[in-house]
Amino acid sequence: MSLAANSYYDRKGILATLGRDGLLQIILIANTILMLTPIVIMVFSAFKTTPEIFKAPFAIPDFTQWANFARIWSETNFLRYLLNSFVVTGASMVLILTLGTMAAYAIGRYAFTGANFILMFFLAGLTLPLKLAIIPLFMLMRDLSILNNQLSLIFVYTAMGLPTTVFIMTGFIRSLPNELEDAARMDGASEARIMWSIMLPLVRPALVIAGIQNVVPIWNDFFFPLVFIQNDSLKTLPQGLTTFMGEYTTDWGVLFSGLTLSAAPIILIYILLSKQFIAGMTSGAVK
Amino acid sequence: MARLSLRGIKKRFRTADVLHGIDLEIGDREFAVFVGPSGCGKSTLLRLIAGLDPITEGEFFLNDQRMNDVPPSRRGIAMVFQSYALYPHMDVYENMAFGARLMGLSKQEVEGRIADTARMLRLEALLKRKPRELSGGQRQRVAIGRALVRKPEVFLLDEPLSNLDAALRSEVRLEIAKLHRDIGGTMVYVTHDQVEAMTLADKIVVMNAGRIEQVGSPRELYETPANTFVATFIGSPRMTLIDVASDGARLSLANGGSVATGPLPSAPSLKLGLRPDAVRLTRGHFEDGLWATVVYTEYLGDNAYVYSRLADGTLLAARTTPNDLYAPDEAVTVTVEPSSAHYFSAEDGRRLAL
Repeated sequence: MSLAANSYYDRKGILATLGRDGLLQIILIANTILMLTPIVIMVFSAFKTTPEIFKAPFAIPDFTQWANFARIWSETNFLRYLLNSFVVTGASMVLILTLGTMAAYAIGRYAFTGANFILMFFLAGLTLPLKLAIIPLFMLMRDLSILNNQLSLIFVYTAMGLPTTVFIMTGFIRSLPNELEDAARMDGASEARIMWSIMLPLVRPALVIAGIQNVVPIWNDFFFPLVFIQNDSLKTLPQGLTTFMGEYTTDWGVLFSGLTLSAAPIILIYILLSKQFIAGMTSGAVK
Repeated sequence: MARLSLRGIKKRFRTADVLHGIDLEIGDREFAVFVGPSGCGKSTLLRLIAGLDPITEGEFFLNDQRMNDVPPSRRGIAMVFQSYALYPHMDVYENMAFGARLMGLSKQEVEGRIADTARMLRLEALLKRKPRELSGGQRQRVAIGRALVRKPEVFLLDEPLSNLDAALRSEVRLEIAKLHRDIGGTMVYVTHDQVEAMTLADKIVVMNAGRIEQVGSPRELYETPANTFVATFIGSPRMTLIDVASDGARLSLANGGSVATGPLPSAPSLKLGLRPDAVRLTRGHFEDGLWATVVYTEYLGDNAYVYSRLADGTLLAARTTPNDLYAPDEAVTVTVEPSSAHYFSAEDGRRLAL
C-alpha cells in the first residue's frame, strides 16, 4: 500500500534488526572483552607501583613509567631466564613435533598389525596426571644424573606433549586422500619424499594446532623447573620471576611487568600463526 | 612400443577374491577400455597394472618383460586418477615438474617438456596457478599433463570424466580421443559409462564380478554379445531379454502371443534378446506377434522410445519415430526384425549359434 503504512507497521524488533548475526557479534564481543581483560590488567599493572595497583586496579597507568621493567632487568637474570625458556621450549617442541608427526604418519598411513594398539598407547598418556609421578620422575632424573639439567625438563615435556600431538596429527594424516600418495608413488617418489614433500605440507595447519596446544603449557610451566632445577643460571622464566614473590610481601608491579615480558613471545607467536591455526580448526568443517 | 600381457591375474584382499584369473592382451598403441558395473574389479585391475597394489597370483608382462615386482615409477606407466590427485600445495608447473625431476632429467629437459605439454593442453596461462584456482576441466588437463610430461609408454586413466558435468564430459572425451591419436601411446581407460567405452575404445573389455565377460571392438560387442550380461550392458536403452518357448519355427510367450523370427537355434526354451531398433510396434493385438501394453513413451526429439509390458511382465523398449506416439495402457503387438534378434541359452545366458 502506501509507503507510510509500510514504514510504521513493518518496524522490526531488535532481533530482526540486528539479525542472528548481530546477536552473535554481541556475544563474541562480550567474550572477547572477558578474555582480554586479564591480559590488559596485567599490562596496565606492569606500569604501576604496588600501592597504585591496589588503589586503582583498572586505571590507565602512566605508560612512561618503565621502573618495573628496569628492576626486572637489573635485579634478576632476566635475559638468562628468557634464553633458558627458549632453549627448553624450543627443544621440546622440535622433539614433540618431529617424533609426534613421524609416529602419527606411520599410524595413519600404513596398515599394520598393532597400529591401533600403538595409537591407544599414545592416547593413554592423555589420562596420566604426570604431576602424580613427580617422585618417581625425580628419582629417575637423579639416576640418569640429569637433575639440575635442562635435559630433564625437555624429556618430561616431550613425553607430556606426544599424546595430544599424535592424536591430532593421526586424525589429520588419516584424512588425506590416498590417491595423492598413489600419484606421488607413480611419479617415482620414495616413502620419505612422499611424507616430506606431499603429505607434510598438507598437514601444516595440524602442526600449528599441535604446536600451539603444547607451546603454551610448556612455556608457562612452573612445577617441573621448580622440582628439577636449582641452579639459578638454568631457571626458566616463570621460575625466575618468583624472586619478587616474598613470603610476606610481593612486589606486584615488578611481577606483572615480568609476566608481561614473559607472555609477549607466546602472544606474538599466536598472532603470527593464528591464520593457520584457524584454518586448521575449520578445515574439517568446510570440506 | 608397449604391449601389455596379463596372464592368469588374481587379486585377493585378505579373504575377499576380487579378480579370478584375468587373461588379456593389449596391443601397441591400442586404446583399451575396461567397462563394467561398480565393484567388478576394473579399477583394481588398473591398479595392478600401475603397480600400486601387488598381484596375488599370475603374471603381468610389458613388452615381454615381467613387471610383477617392478616399482610403479620404473614401469614406464603414468596414471590419471579419478580425483585428479593434483598436489594441492604446488602450482601447475610444480605439479608437472615433480615427477619429471624425480626421473633425474636435467633442468632444461624438464622445462622443455613442460612447455611442450602446456602448449599441447593449452595450459600455458595457468602454469602459476594452484589447483584450487582451476575449474574441473582445467584440473583434468593438468592431471593429464602431469602424466604426459613423464613421456610414458602406457597411460592409465581411472574414470577421468566422472567428476565433470555432462557438457564438459563430451568435450573432454573428444580431447582424450584426439590426444591418443596425437601421442600414440597405449591407453588403458576405466569407466562404468558404456557411452565413453563405445566412443573411445579400439578394444572394450567388459568385466563383471572379477571376471572378463567379453573382449572385442565396440561393433563386435554390440552386434555379437557373448552373453546376456554384455548384451544388456552395452547399448542404451538396454536390450530386452524375453524368456520364450521355441517349437523350431515360432517363439511363443505363455498367453502372450508368438512370433516368427526366421532360423532358430535348436533349443526348446531360450532367451530372446531385442534391442530397441529390432522391434516394430502395431496398435492392437494381432495373431502374429507378442502382445504388450504401453507403459510410457520417452520423446527425445529425433526419435522416441516406447516402453511396453509383455504378458510375462517383461518391460520392452522399442524405438519409434517421434510422430508415432503411443498413449499409456494402449494395446500393441510386437513384431521382430529377424536379422537383429539375439538368442541366448536359457540356462547360462551364453550366446546361441544359429
